[in-house]
Amino acid sequence: MMLSTRRRHSHLLSANCSHHWLAVLLVALCLSACGKGVSEADSPAKATAQEALHSEPSGSLIVYSSRNEQLIQPVFERYREITGVTIEYATDKAGVLIERLKAEGENTRADLLLTVDAGTLGFAASEGLFQRINSPVVNEVVPAHLRDTDDLWTGLSLRARTIVYSKERVDPAQLSTYAALGDPSWQGRLCLRTSKKVYNQSLVAMLISEFGEQETEQIVQSWVANLAIAPTSNDTQVMQAIINGQCDVGLVNTYYFGRMQVKQPDLPLALYWPNQGEAEGGVHINLSGIGLLKHSKNVAAAKALVDWLVSDEAQAIFAGVNQEYPISSSTTVDPTVVAWGGFKASEQPLSDAYKLQPTAVMLFDRVGYR
Amino acid sequence: MSIVSSYGTDDQGALAHIIRYVLPNSLLNSLALTAGVCLLAGAIGVTLAWLTVSCEFPLRRFFAWVLFLPLAVPGYVMAFAFVGLFEYGGSLHSMLRHYRADSGWLLNVYSYGAIVLVLSLVLYPYVYLLARNAFQTLGQRSIEVGQSLGLSVRQSFFKVALPMARPWIAGGILLVAMETLADFGTVAVFNYDTLTTAIYQAWFSLFSLSAALKIAGILLLLVVVVTVLERHSRRQRQYAEGRNAARNTKRLQLGFGAQTAALLFCSSIFMLAFVLPLGQLLYWALPNLSQELTVRFWSYVSGTVLLATLAMFVVVSMAVALAFIARQKKGLVVTSAVRLATLGYALPGTVLAIGIFVPIGYVDHWLQSKGLSSGLLQGSLLVMMMAYSVRFLAVAYTPLENNLLRVTPSIDLASQSLGVAGMAMLRRVHLPLLGPGIVTAMVLVFVDVMKELPITLMTRPFGFNTLAVRVFELTSEGMWERAALPALAIVVVGFLPVYLLIRSTEVSPSVRASK
Repeated sequence: MMLSTRRRHSHLLSANCSHHWLAVLLVALCLSACGKGVSEADSPAKATAQEALHSEPSGSLIVYSSRNEQLIQPVFERYREITGVTIEYATDKAGVLIERLKAEGENTRADLLLTVDAGTLGFAASEGLFQRINSPVVNEVVPAHLRDTDDLWTGLSLRARTIVYSKERVDPAQLSTYAALGDPSWQGRLCLRTSKKVYNQSLVAMLISEFGEQETEQIVQSWVANLAIAPTSNDTQVMQAIINGQCDVGLVNTYYFGRMQVKQPDLPLALYWPNQGEAEGGVHINLSGIGLLKHSKNVAAAKALVDWLVSDEAQAIFAGVNQEYPISSSTTVDPTVVAWGGFKASEQPLSDAYKLQPTAVMLFDRVGYR
Repeated sequence: MSIVSSYGTDDQGALAHIIRYVLPNSLLNSLALTAGVCLLAGAIGVTLAWLTVSCEFPLRRFFAWVLFLPLAVPGYVMAFAFVGLFEYGGSLHSMLRHYRADSGWLLNVYSYGAIVLVLSLVLYPYVYLLARNAFQTLGQRSIEVGQSLGLSVRQSFFKVALPMARPWIAGGILLVAMETLADFGTVAVFNYDTLTTAIYQAWFSLFSLSAALKIAGILLLLVVVVTVLERHSRRQRQYAEGRNAARNTKRLQLGFGAQTAALLFCSSIFMLAFVLPLGQLLYWALPNLSQELTVRFWSYVSGTVLLATLAMFVVVSMAVALAFIARQKKGLVVTSAVRLATLGYALPGTVLAIGIFVPIGYVDHWLQSKGLSSGLLQGSLLVMMMAYSVRFLAVAYTPLENNLLRVTPSIDLASQSLGVAGMAMLRRVHLPLLGPGIVTAMVLVFVDVMKELPITLMTRPFGFNTLAVRVFELTSEGMWERAALPALAIVVVGFLPVYLLIRSTEVSPSVRASK
């Protein structure tokens, strides 16, 4: 009989319509409870998290971070070893985290926002997401132009976006400034990363603030004219293209160079520091920084974390794990990084970087820099 | 909802800039990409389905199931595997140069053709699956009918079999179109500007949410157009087939030349869509194995499986409920509501997730004011399930809807005359007949959630990570070699569901009925 052979199936799918809704509702209720249990049981570094969460609130902190998980995990793990405070974090792209914070509003469970670009921190501050840090430690250790003028965020580590060139095919004497990369002599020899990445947007924002929008537009246009290949999706590809001989110069963040250097000590590439002359502005720097959220429920603990993050020990891990420069010039720097040589950095206040980023983006669209 | 409301707000000049400099190019690219992928994926899917169901050639059974495997490969993984293979400094170039051969003829991986190819290879399984369903139940009847009318085999295929299979194929192509329109990860690897990248740019670089939402509105409009086209192509036809449809499963014997062609075609698709990319991933993963294969890695695997399984049950239950409601009450309101519910598939994941956060924030706040613990909803799996439901309802609904087409009115009448009606009829008659459709829906949702990225990133509980999240973290820092292992793991996790899918489609329900 047809119907009898169906019984096996009907056992499997025995919920009928009205039972569906009930089942869905039950599942939903379970999920919200289960979700917590699962997340805590899964993460190895949070074995003590369950106690911490249910006891006094200062026992744990929540950080939203656009800095990669493997770069923040060692630092937070060390903090937990020293103080016993567990730090949970959610990683995602900075823009998405900011939108999430805005949507969560007062109900957010997060305490701190950690990003990899000064512009995004400035934007978050302008959206009213932060409260004043008010920490004498931070004010003393961190130079004024590397933290917010209104004390809403502070930098934690520095990186430079600078010229990388092929040691085999380029004489460093031919290099001078960022703008000079647009000279006809570099025609077909330049590689750039996509304009969609915030690092390029910040760099050009600095140029706009230094030289004005019109001149910067001409600079970027000349860069586009010199491109050897279409803009790549990351810095490592830029360096790879130079190694392959597809181009001779490019613009990269120092730590990507550092990473490649660690993997291949005999790298045929070198860094060059542009704009070192008088009134040329200096090398473009950017920072990875943190801000205290306005609706944080653990302000004291969050401030304590920030204070620790600018200390020498934390800086050594935070900056060292990624070949970056520590935020304070008095802290010792990783030897690989020291080997790149000193340079004059741009003194542009990074607080205002975010204001010019949209201008930079629109400039990119106009000149066709993808 | 939020999209419609954005039309009233101001945009600080960002929208004007986008309309002038970005939108024409992005719109054109999105359209061109979608058209290209639909055509190519459609052609590949239908041809493969026909070959593996209705024709006989050596290794047919083998290809019939391996051609499903690309279902388990996410678009962004296929993209970076292809880039690794074909880019200037990549594996194929290096290999050819090593043997002193000219490598200039290799595909330029950053061209339009390459992107269309990659997306088609990733998405053809949807068309393949649904078209196979169609051809299996239509059996040889269409060809026999055609031949009895004096048409050749080829003409029978185009004039009888293909039109009969149209709703299934159209459904598959609709899924492909929506996936392509919503795609962000794959096009980002190629730095190709589409509407989705324009949305991201407006939102996160120009800081204008309203402009982003307006572009999302355009995207949805395109999807509505595509959906309407698909429905129109089905029109009013009743596609219910008789009981004996697939009794005769005799396959067409192909001539030697045709057999070779079929073999070549199947193997080249298999090579391109599966063997080559996986080979590249293995080549990257093996040197890094000790570094990546840690305890945390297994927590990613378990997290992925858990999430996908939960989502599978939740989303498919909703889709089944929706399918029955739509069937019982055929009014315009219901059909529009259904279509609206399934549109979520074409929305980029991030747009959707943010859209969910706002109401969740309100509800949570309200719960808080009533004294229940705060944060019950936020950061819980419930939000994730809601977002997945909105996003993947279409994936679950399409196979169910097509199967429902096959449940004839005469079955309803027959069961009612036997005294089984209402809920009991649903349980004992309809659901079992839908069996294969439900299995298909469950597998598709499982595989899609396993591959999903933006929603998972944004809504996951703290410390909860999946393989897709891990791949994102590594590729966003350019560490493609290390991303290869989690990427491979995603594919391997997908093997079991895909295998179950294949098993369930092997024997059609009407053949089982004759036993």
